[in-house]
Order: sequence, then C-alpha cells, then structure tokens
Amino acid sequence: MSIDLVFKIAIVGIVVSVLHIVLKQAGKEDIAQIVTLAGVIVVLVMVIELISDLFVMVKTVFQL
Amino acid sequence: MEILQIVGAGLVVTVLILVIKPQRPELALQVSLVFGVLVFLLILGKISGVIHVLEELSQRANINQFYLSTILKIIGVAYIAEFGAQVCRDAGEGSIAAKVELAAKVIIMVMAVPIIVAILDSLIKLA
Repeated sequence: MSIDLVFKIAIVGIVVSVLHIVLKQAGKEDIAQIVTLAGVIVVLVMVIELISDLFVMVKTVFQL
Repeated sequence: MEILQIVGAGLVVTVLILVIKPQRPELALQVSLVFGVLVFLLILGKISGVIHVLEELSQRANINQFYLSTILKIIGVAYIAEFGAQVCRDAGEGSIAAKVELAAKVIIMVMAVPIIVAILDSLIKLA
C-alpha cells in the first residue's frame, strides 16, 4: 500500500494520451481509440483490485 | 508524522491530475480515487485502534455490546457512502452521488430502528 501505484497510473495516463496524439497525427484514428481503451482498462483493473482491498478492510474494521 | 506525507503526496497527485485531466479525464478521476483509497487504508489502522479502546470501555461500563456494534456499522456505512458519493461528484455525476447518499440514509435508518425501539422501551418503563 504505497504511493507508487498512483504514479504508475499517472504514467499510464500520460503515455496513453501521448500515444493517442501520435497515432492521430499518423492518421490511424481507430488504433488510437483502441490504445486509449486499453489504457483505461488496465488502470481500471488496478483500481478495482485496490477498491476491493479497501472494502474488505472496512468490513473487518467496522464489523459490517 | 503521517500527516506530512499525506499532504505532500496530496499536492503532488493534484498536480499530476491537472497534467492528465485535459487529455484523459477518466484516468485523472481514477488517480484521485486511488489516492483517496490509499489515504484511507493508511488511516484505517488508527481507526481500528480507537474502536478497540471503545469496545474495552463499553465492556467495563457493561453497556450492551449490540449498541456499540450498531454504531460502528452505521459509521462504516456512512463513510463508504460518503466516499463513493464524493468520487461520483468529482466526476460531475451529481445525481448518482445523490442516489448513493439516499440509499445510505435509508440503510442507516434501518439499522437505527432497533436502538430507537430500545430507547422508547426504557422510557416507557420509566413512566
């Protein structure tokens, strides 16, 4: 549980947006969309894993 | 002190989000969500410590265990609902946030009913 996950996601965000712009310049609009979607999905998987940890911990602490 | 780390990381993450937001708003939202979760996980240890102390005090004052556990549940529900509603509001979805909060209020009401009944019973016994 450290802060590098936040930076990993930020890096993915920056890389995806740069790739999107580069691919758009190259005229490959559809691939750009796919790359963006892939980036979002990868980040979503990481975030969901972290949220499930949070929910499990809240359940144990608050005896929900 | 953790507070220094939290404030420092908060500022850094805010700047990062500002970098990402124009191109990829959805990723910026996920970055802020992850930071919120991390801060809460850091604090959860402290909260469980406080809860243990409360439990010991309630046992010593032989208060009924049911009341304390209900109050804990209500606090947990309130916190998670507020967390979710705030994230939805950050994303601009005010209506979803309102629905989440409405559901949380109803759940808390349902949980509070036994306590209300207990209070009324004791009042009636007094009279």
